[in-house]
Amino acid sequence: MADHKITRRTLLTGTAAAGALSLTGFPARAEVNWKKYAGTKLEVILAKGPRGDNLQKYVKEFTDLTGIQVESEQIPEQQQRQKCVIELTSGRPSFDVVHLSYHVQKRQFEKAGWLADLTPYMKDPTLTAPDLVESDFSAAGLQYCKNDKGQMLSLPWSVDYFILYYNKELFQKKGVAVPKTFDEMVAAAEKLTDPKEGTFGFVGRGLRNANMTLWTNFFLNYGGEFLDAKGNILTDGPEAIAATKLYQTLLTKSAPPGVAGFNWMESMASFTQGKSAMWIDGVGWAPPLEDPAASRVVGKVGYTVVPAGPKGQYSATYGDGIGVAAASKNKEAAYLLCQWVVSKTQGARLLQAGGGVPFRNSILNDAEVQKGVKMPREWLQSVIDSAKISKLGLPVIIPVAEFRDLVGAGITATLAGSDPATELKKAHDQFRPILERSEKA
Amino acid sequence: MTQSAPAAAPIGAAPEKQLRPPSYWPFVVPALVVVLAIIIFPWVFTIWMSMNEWKVGSPTTFVGFSNYLRLTSDPRFAEAVGHTLVYTVLSVLLPLVFGTFAAVVFHQKFAGRGFLRGVFIMPMMATPVAIALVWTMMFHPQLGVLNYLLSLVGIPAQLWVFHPATVIPSLVLVETWQWTPLVMLIVLGGLAAIPTEPYESAQIDGASLWQVFRYITLPLIMPFLFIAGMIRMIDAVKSFDIIFAITQGGPGSASETINLYLYSVAFVYYDLGYGSAIAVVFFLLIVALAAVMLYARQRMLWTEIASGA
Repeated sequence: MADHKITRRTLLTGTAAAGALSLTGFPARAEVNWKKYAGTKLEVILAKGPRGDNLQKYVKEFTDLTGIQVESEQIPEQQQRQKCVIELTSGRPSFDVVHLSYHVQKRQFEKAGWLADLTPYMKDPTLTAPDLVESDFSAAGLQYCKNDKGQMLSLPWSVDYFILYYNKELFQKKGVAVPKTFDEMVAAAEKLTDPKEGTFGFVGRGLRNANMTLWTNFFLNYGGEFLDAKGNILTDGPEAIAATKLYQTLLTKSAPPGVAGFNWMESMASFTQGKSAMWIDGVGWAPPLEDPAASRVVGKVGYTVVPAGPKGQYSATYGDGIGVAAASKNKEAAYLLCQWVVSKTQGARLLQAGGGVPFRNSILNDAEVQKGVKMPREWLQSVIDSAKISKLGLPVIIPVAEFRDLVGAGITATLAGSDPATELKKAHDQFRPILERSEKA
Repeated sequence: MTQSAPAAAPIGAAPEKQLRPPSYWPFVVPALVVVLAIIIFPWVFTIWMSMNEWKVGSPTTFVGFSNYLRLTSDPRFAEAVGHTLVYTVLSVLLPLVFGTFAAVVFHQKFAGRGFLRGVFIMPMMATPVAIALVWTMMFHPQLGVLNYLLSLVGIPAQLWVFHPATVIPSLVLVETWQWTPLVMLIVLGGLAAIPTEPYESAQIDGASLWQVFRYITLPLIMPFLFIAGMIRMIDAVKSFDIIFAITQGGPGSASETINLYLYSVAFVYYDLGYGSAIAVVFFLLIVALAAVMLYARQRMLWTEIASGA
């Protein structure tokens, strides 16, 4: 409750993070008229998770700064996506500000024209703080938030890099070195697997749809590209077959039984119980792994980049953004909120709690912000290193869900012994017409 | 939505002759409006949607029957129909068998019968999603209690819902566990209605327990079994919650029933036109299944009459 008492002044003196200065610290120089839309009421729809929590926890500060009232609700991701789409289709959404998952919704939102163009606001010095410039966002962020015409349709909020989590204790016990390549990873996984003791070398998403995020990281490191210049899908080529074989080998020979039904949650459970030695997944799981109440591997977790494949080393990247509904009547006020959400203060808090990684380089590379990070230093290093090798982890198309379901089902089927090439062909025979239809419409 | 359509039949009732006062229409209007609004209109609209390329976020275009043609070449739909049929047959038959057995047992008089009956029907009272989550934990290949129990009797660990070959039987296990009590309740009601004389004469004739069950009990409770089977079939065909909560149709698409596929198409892929086509075909399938059951019942009645039962 004491949080609600924080004013701008106490926040300034109270926080050590230099980040806090950027938004509120230069009122003399910046000409942003924060109070211009005082009294406006905004509705925000959020996906449930640390990003939403971070917004709701501190939104009072935004109200103090601008006089804008904010009503927000967090809904589980899957339902939030459905609700947004249905409301936006109706043309009269109940919200002004929308939290979107770029890797699933980018093309869909662009094509339907649901988001307001933020480019003119970004250029308006009375609306935009001087530190918020396009070039501060990472390349992946800009790829996500801009459409073909170069318009900013949202502000990149939080990025998710895939990294390798490993259990240092198990590695030491078996005398295995941290793998730098896929070959080393397979060898290490086999060495670390000991069914009698109930420990396994590798765990990762096996569940249809969810598994695509892991699989595409393999695919990228085998040199795969999702689409050719004409927009044809390429995920059944030789790179894809090699990636599927690797996936099949790891998850059938060195993973816990039942992995075909594992999403991130089950994978994390296996890892936090000390049952699995390696886990490749999004960077945001460090807080539960380092939480003594939820994890048996606190202090024993190593964090590093995903091992290199024969044709490259990438970190499959996904991300969230925050945008303004084109149908909103309070676009400027809504834009101020978006700006505050991706501000240095808020970004620093998100990073420091381990709840997400801001797309803004000025936050990630700020030494003061880095000092305040509560997660192990190795984690932060893996984030910084992954940022350098970041590559979008899913094709930017409209039918992302169909792609993930169909190809994901084929890839899960290989865990029961099916042939990778056959399964990929079968999945793509079904998917190609769907992709064509969606691009034609 | 799909199951409610048969109720639409009564609207077309022929107008009465001059017998009634001319003012009876106002009394029909409320019912007519309700039926039109919540049954007829959604149905006509669904059929209309199924004839359009109707994707959320894009303009719609009339495409005639091409959504239905697409169904014929959609292997995922064909697989879903197969899964639905297997799932339905198993989760009608098993609860019927176990439910009848339980009813026969609980029909006997023994100490604590009322209490045990109460215990037995408890699964039925639980919320499907909640029990689905509990079963998910029990199915866990490493940490689950089922594999532990198997290990006590020397059976190797199973993958349960995590392997394509065992996923549907495992789901049916949950369905059976939850709905056997319902069948038992219905059959128990049937048993209570059977007169005692046939049993007395059977005893005099020296019939064995099996003979008594096969030739007296079973024929007499047949109508009740039929009702139970009908209710189970309707439930099993449209089953969604348990499957969705435990496997979401997986692993891969090994337990994806029509309902789950329909949900994905309409609410995850936002392809309302195609989803509506699936809904229409699904409805026809349900009508066909119901017709088969009604036909079977008709036949059964005749054989009963013929054999003088």
